[in-house]
Amino acid sequence: MKVLVPVKRVIDYNVKVRVKADGSGVDLANVKMSMNPFDEIAVEEAIRLKEAGKADEVVAVSIGVKQAQETLRTALAMGADRAILVIAADDVHQDIEPLAVAKILAKVVEEEQPGIVLAGKQSIDNDMNATGQMLSALLGWSQGTFASELDIDGDSAKITREVDGGLQTISVKMPTIVTVDLRLNEPRYASLPNIMKAKKKPLDEKTAADYGVDVTPRLEIVKTEEPAARAAGIIVGSVDELVEKLKEAGAV
Amino acid sequence: MAVLLLAEVTNGELGLDATAKAVTAAKQLGDVTVLAAGASAAAAGDAAAKIDGVSKVLVAEDASLGHRLAEATAALIVSLADGYEHIVAPATTDAKNVMPRVAALLDSMIISDASGVVDGSTFERPIYAGNAVQTVKSNDAKKVITIRTSTFDAAGEGGSASVETVSAAADPGLSSWVEDKVAESDRPELTSAGVVVSGGRGVGSEDDFKLIETLADKLGAAVGASRAAVDSGYAPNDWQVGQTGKVVAPDLYVAVGISGAIQHLAGMKDSKIIVAINKDEEAPIFQVADFGLVADLFQAVPELTEKLG
Ligand SMILES: Cc1cc2nc3c(=O)[nH]c(=O)nc-3n(C[C@H](O)[C@H](O)[C@H](O)COP(=O)(O)OP(=O)(O)OC[C@H]3O[C@@H](n4cnc5c(N)ncnc54)[C@H](O)[C@@H]3O)c2cc1C
Ligand SMILES: Cc1cc2nc3c(=O)[nH]c(=O)nc-3n(C[C@H](O)[C@H](O)[C@H](O)COP(=O)(O)OP(=O)(O)OC[C@H]3O[C@@H](n4cnc5c(N)ncnc54)[C@H](O)[C@@H]3O)c2cc1C
Repeated sequence: MKVLVPVKRVIDYNVKVRVKADGSGVDLANVKMSMNPFDEIAVEEAIRLKEAGKADEVVAVSIGVKQAQETLRTALAMGADRAILVIAADDVHQDIEPLAVAKILAKVVEEEQPGIVLAGKQSIDNDMNATGQMLSALLGWSQGTFASELDIDGDSAKITREVDGGLQTISVKMPTIVTVDLRLNEPRYASLPNIMKAKKKPLDEKTAADYGVDVTPRLEIVKTEEPAARAAGIIVGSVDELVEKLKEAGAV
Repeated sequence: MAVLLLAEVTNGELGLDATAKAVTAAKQLGDVTVLAAGASAAAAGDAAAKIDGVSKVLVAEDASLGHRLAEATAALIVSLADGYEHIVAPATTDAKNVMPRVAALLDSMIISDASGVVDGSTFERPIYAGNAVQTVKSNDAKKVITIRTSTFDAAGEGGSASVETVSAAADPGLSSWVEDKVAESDRPELTSAGVVVSGGRGVGSEDDFKLIETLADKLGAAVGASRAAVDSGYAPNDWQVGQTGKVVAPDLYVAVGISGAIQHLAGMKDSKIIVAINKDEEAPIFQVADFGLVADLFQAVPELTEKLG
């Protein structure tokens, strides 16, 4: 079985985001970019499937700007076998919407015929939490979102999902799309020898046009602003003072 | 203009708070029809009919709709989509599972977690863990939207909408339910509680998390946790507050032994009053706290619990 893992290049989760003064978006020039943390978990899970003998090939795919190559090299260094880069934008500030990403991924799935697609539950830049579900809809496949456990057994898979009320376990028909949550696994770090080896692994380059997908955004960005700041608070000296302040504020 | 709103239904029961908050947002878009779907959903439909601002309720009952499996629920919504310009739902995990699937089937781009309605096609939504707020305008014929409930007040009761039954779409038969693990609790629900007390890694163990729970019970509060506390096994996953957990905006939020990473702040910084108890005066949580106490939580929390009596 082949595993397809879509990985997204996003602003590193430790970077303090700066909104551009003209309201056009978030400043992404010269900031540290990394693989979306959820996608690291997806890559790790794919590699573990291969190590467990349940998968024979792991293919990472990224859609975006040319620089997403680096993200794919990270996936290869972690243990993916090969990578596909679909160039869909020239400017690092132009992001591709989940619907367009899902349409491109659907074409990649047609070509590659994976038995499972492992995506992140959400990307930490736009927080849409949508791509996996959309891909599943376009393919008419089953979906298992927010997975904290995955157990593939022949033509079905058992998936435990993190939901508002606790945990839900479902069984889905293969092939399937799984979106991974934080507690599925702890991703490994790529070792230096593996980083070197990754440079020689195959990385195919395509464009959105090769797949005949129109990536024109459906959502027009009217403006991007800083959220309203909170008024400064105070440091209290004791529990007594805290209780007094809370009473004054009518909070208790 | 007509709006179809997917009600939050869990095991036949209406999630009134989440649904009523989504109704407040949906009312600004047009005439609201609520869809209550489930293996049993009639009672939920009747409850939804009483929400102020709902003009019609559709009830769909079928075994395939139980446990909110995405494939069957999305197929049902798509079969009903004609005649509605907006299809909305509160941004719960159930809706986040279903609505992007609906959007893709309708060839629309989903608008996730809308925190504000500007007009019928323009919405505000937080991005980058709430570090920026983006206003987006949809050019799609049908707009599919999930509503961030923490930013809307719940619509009141007093409505008397008509209730109709509709049939389920053909079951795609792609998935089936196995089991739920739900912790029963007498505490208020995290996303609707007026007071939330959350513990972080600083609490140190599952046993010591009792300190947090005792303080919460004293305040009639819900209990929350940071990701680090959940990952360490001190607290269950459904207590996680943050970018990738629940978003809360109670009147009072008490953060204990939580450093205040942006991913945590994303889930609580719209709370009315924030209290932080942390032994490190440099902890970033103090930057958003109205009242900060630099102290060892093992002394401060029991003392606070006692003195609030
Ligand atoms: C700076 C900036 C500028 C923008 N400009 C515009 C604009 O001009 N017009 C506009 O309409 N929108 C714009 N957007 C918004 C943007 O197009 C979408 O809203 C955004 O892509 C939402 O997707 P997501 O990454 O949150 O998807 P999610 O659905 O949250 O992603 C979930 C998972 O899907 C997979 N995935 C997602 N994207 C990719 C990818 N590219 N390659 C591989 N795998 C992927 C990953 O596994 C990921 O973990 C902009 C966003 C930013 C940050
Ligand atoms: C993709 C991604 C998504 C994430 N999503 C979330 C999310 O949804 N929610 C979330 O919370 N986090 C999330 N995180 C994790 C986040 O980045 C932080 O790691 C996490 O919030 C830290 O939790 P904490 O504050 O409990 O732990 P720490 O940062 O370790 O802080 C512990 C604090 O306790 C204090 N302390 C220790 N002992 C005592 C004592 N005796 N008395 C008083 N104070 C004490 C310390 O001074 C410290 O400030 C996410 C991270 C990533 C990468």
